[in-house]
Amino acid sequence: MNGEMSVIVRTVTRLVYGLIIAFGFYVIMHGHLTPGGGFQGGAVVATAFALLLVAFGAAGIKGKLNAHLLQSLEEVGALAFLALGFLGIGTTFFYNLLANHGPIFGRPDVIGSNPGFLNTAGTLVWMNWAVGLKVMTGLASVVVVMLIGARKGEPE
Amino acid sequence: MKKAVVFTVLLFVGAFLLLSAVQMRPFGAPTNPLMDDYFISHAQAEAAANNVVTSIVFDYRGFDTLGEATVLFCAVLGVVALFRKLREDEV
Amino acid sequence: MMIGNFPFVVSILLVILGLYALLFKRNLIKLIIGVSLVETGVNLFLVTLGYRTGGIAPIYTYAPTQQPMVLPTPQALTLTSIVIGLATTALLLSFAVFIYRHYGTLDVRKIKELKG
Repeated sequence: MNGEMSVIVRTVTRLVYGLIIAFGFYVIMHGHLTPGGGFQGGAVVATAFALLLVAFGAAGIKGKLNAHLLQSLEEVGALAFLALGFLGIGTTFFYNLLANHGPIFGRPDVIGSNPGFLNTAGTLVWMNWAVGLKVMTGLASVVVVMLIGARKGEPE
Repeated sequence: MKKAVVFTVLLFVGAFLLLSAVQMRPFGAPTNPLMDDYFISHAQAEAAANNVVTSIVFDYRGFDTLGEATVLFCAVLGVVALFRKLREDEV
Repeated sequence: MMIGNFPFVVSILLVILGLYALLFKRNLIKLIIGVSLVETGVNLFLVTLGYRTGGIAPIYTYAPTQQPMVLPTPQALTLTSIVIGLATTALLLSFAVFIYRHYGTLDVRKIKELKG
């Protein structure tokens, strides 16, 4: 009668939330081969955070999720996205500099229908990771702040 | 009385929208797809990606993605700043 | 004539339902649901604008050859629109939490009358 979720919910959450985070990272990483990318994969990982918060309540997460750490990671993601836009400023803003002849992810693509090769698109992969980090930590910090703020100041 | 006026306004707006949706161009035949044909045929040579939608979002139209990232950042900033004065101790 | 334009009519019906919820309901949460319905209808309309008959998804991985592809640009614009709708809904909901804590009610007619 203390308002917690039942044993089944907590046990299944402990088993499953690692798989959801791994699937979200897969969707972010393969954004240039399959449907997906930065925004979709970041939303999937934020869903794992929301599941943890619903199953364990505000008391179970108190020492583990730090709101300041999540906000700092979001700022790092936003600044990294802006810096990647300035990388090819010799030709134009947001130019794909590493596309066909870069050190990493620089292999030219096979024209036509092909099984996907991970080594291909130049700055697209780094931009996917920057936007994925930004969306995942931003949505997680919104959920954490709303839960703690709504629980603390109940109307009298 | 006021409810009748609001209901009439909703009826007129709904009829106007439905009439214009019925009389649109046939579904499945886009007019002037010149830009999208260029994107489909040149995305693998220039952007070296299999996914044409991702290469449009991050390479051909990357400036719109920068604006969208800014909107998301400002919304998160606004929500955290609104709930700040209720948190006495840090979480 | 009617069967051919059915996807356009469905997205316009979603917009009309959202407008009905905005005009006729008094609870603040129902108004926010109405705004979300209008945004969903507009996003659906954007995606159905770019369809080609018999087309496949615009992705080259394991694509069957010699088939036309649907237009990719409206899908890229809808991505941006969904993210902006999410940002608007998050701010609206946090304002609703504050209004409930200050006034004690969520009725839009009573919020105008009580002061402080």
